[in-house]
Amino acid sequence: MNWTRRDLLKGLGGLPILGAVWWAGAASVVNRKKKRSEILNQLNISPSLPPAIPGIDGNPVRIGIIGFGIRGEQLCRSLGFATDEWKEEMRLAEEEDPNNKVLEDFLAQDRLNVNLAGICDVFDVRAEKALRSFSTPENKIKRFTTYKEMIHSGEIDAVVIATPDHWHAPMAIEALNNNVHVYVEKPMTHTVEETYRLKEAAQASKATLQVGHQHRQTLSFRTARDIVEKGTLGHVSLIQTNTNRNDDNGAWNYDIHEQASAQTIDWEQFLGSAPKIPFNKNHFFRWRKWWAYGSGLSGDLLTHDYDRLNCVLNMGIPDAVSASGGIYTHNDGRNVPDVLQVNMEFPRFSTGSSQSKGKEKGMTFCYSASLGNSFGRPTILMGHDATMELGNKLTIWPDTASTRYADMLEAEKMKPHIPIYQYNPAANVPDAISSATSQYFADKGLMWTYIDGVRVDSTFLHMREWLSVIKNGGKVSCGIKEGFEEVISAHMAGLSWKLGRRIEWDSENEILKPIEGVNFDEVLLFNGKWEAPNKILEG
Amino acid sequence: MVTTAHDRRVKISITLLRILIGWHFLYEGIVKLYNPEWTSFGYLASAQGPFKSIFHSLTSPSLIDWVDTMNVTALLVVGITFILGIFEKKGALVGIGLLSLYYLAHPSLPGVQQINVEGNYWLVNKNLIELAACILIYNYPTAHFFGLGHFRKGQLTKTQ
Repeated sequence: MNWTRRDLLKGLGGLPILGAVWWAGAASVVNRKKKRSEILNQLNISPSLPPAIPGIDGNPVRIGIIGFGIRGEQLCRSLGFATDEWKEEMRLAEEEDPNNKVLEDFLAQDRLNVNLAGICDVFDVRAEKALRSFSTPENKIKRFTTYKEMIHSGEIDAVVIATPDHWHAPMAIEALNNNVHVYVEKPMTHTVEETYRLKEAAQASKATLQVGHQHRQTLSFRTARDIVEKGTLGHVSLIQTNTNRNDDNGAWNYDIHEQASAQTIDWEQFLGSAPKIPFNKNHFFRWRKWWAYGSGLSGDLLTHDYDRLNCVLNMGIPDAVSASGGIYTHNDGRNVPDVLQVNMEFPRFSTGSSQSKGKEKGMTFCYSASLGNSFGRPTILMGHDATMELGNKLTIWPDTASTRYADMLEAEKMKPHIPIYQYNPAANVPDAISSATSQYFADKGLMWTYIDGVRVDSTFLHMREWLSVIKNGGKVSCGIKEGFEEVISAHMAGLSWKLGRRIEWDSENEILKPIEGVNFDEVLLFNGKWEAPNKILEG
Repeated sequence: MVTTAHDRRVKISITLLRILIGWHFLYEGIVKLYNPEWTSFGYLASAQGPFKSIFHSLTSPSLIDWVDTMNVTALLVVGITFILGIFEKKGALVGIGLLSLYYLAHPSLPGVQQINVEGNYWLVNKNLIELAACILIYNYPTAHFFGLGHFRKGQLTKTQ
């Protein structure tokens, strides 16, 4: 067969084009990967894996639930118990939006070796709902009238406390003194004095205390800790963290149950140490709005942000706290602020430095909150070398003036506006989130974490860890040390707002630096913005 | 004579179109082939329009790897057949199928949110135009004119 040059050109002309395109495509990908791996090698970051938890073997842990309100129900679901009403609600939500996998996730959750043995709630409707939903002929759940009765019954190994804040410490202390294990919601205490009493009780007790900061189970935070420890960010001088909410639920205006009355609610028991006032449904269901029972933004939401960062940085209690704000968005009779700015000073803290020794030291943690706007301001850690956005997703951008990355920036291997590291374990998981408040918590990594691309309720992991430590010994992620640091910091913020002055911590003696003429607990418990008793001072 | 010259210009134009489309498909395929992190998950998960539920279902963990492999293979098949000029009709059919899927996953219908598009479209977008071009290539093969098809019987330049 004779082929002319013309034939070859016409027949094989496509080959060089094919080769060129193939080479160009492959080269561009390989080159991009090389640049990327060069950066990653330098950063040396590896995403954290979940720690192995020893099994919860033997007899099931007999659990008593104290408080079966909104959070109490959530905690029960993490333990594996959902009410029929909730399941129906979620089924309907899934019908409306097939991406809503809340019920599916719940049903797929591993079973914990627990027995719901008792329930205690001052509102009959709630206690009966728990009995109706969870009590079975094989496993009868007992309703206890008071928490003391439950703790002393000998029928309960562990209690889950999801009550208003002013009841957290008295119940936890009573349980720990009787060697009953405790899972207590945050903030751990309501006053400074009881914080110390709870610390003593926890240290003396054989029982295990876990404070309900479930995000300590979030894998992105463990990865973030690794990132900071490796000096990726350089010296972090400022942390900005925020609460941005703009809806009734987010401002704690929860529904008032139609069957609520002085007959169905044990009002005296609800009040406890709070000022004696006549029965008030608003106070009962929306207790977070009053200092008498709750702790406002500083105890309710700042604690999450503080502990998230304490979990990453282990910075401890700030040397000083100053706060400002007011009731600017929900002037509805509440006395806790709805706009709050808190600056916490850590002058001796450092995440390491890439510059000359001694130049960088100290950090401010800035918490900024409004219940009147929901623009999603992220949590950011601002270091000399890089900035990290912290949530369920982590993103790190190099800083233009970084010392550590100067060469790579100069060589344009890094660019300030392009992230040098991104960790998004949820990239392949479609999420459907129903409410603004859940979105708020989810973005912060407070609701769930991702293990091998599967969404897992972080409260479930937190509970499981607690139960495992109860059975096998070991250390919980959020024990008395972490709880103490979290709640003292929160109290400092609350005190600062109420007093309109800077509150300082004496780290040597582990006490709040006294202020003449001011009794801190009196201020914290005072139902309103506290004013200095001038007469006494003048006298 | 006029007709022959005209035919030749048409052949050259369509061949050029074929090479360019092949180039586009091949490059897309190669970039995906060499990047193990690439996945069509995002494209499918963000699908819009009347068939979105079908595209969403393709994102399930059991299917997505298969979908990705099929996608890359289809891109390479179109790219190679068009550039080399062999089995171009089969390649054109694959291209038409693939582009139909791309179009249906993110159709330019009024009221449907346009995601990741660089222009403004109403019913017609670039995927649809490329699809129409593939129809032309299917109906007007040029491999015998430029490509491996030239070596097939009867196409070679007559020599003494």
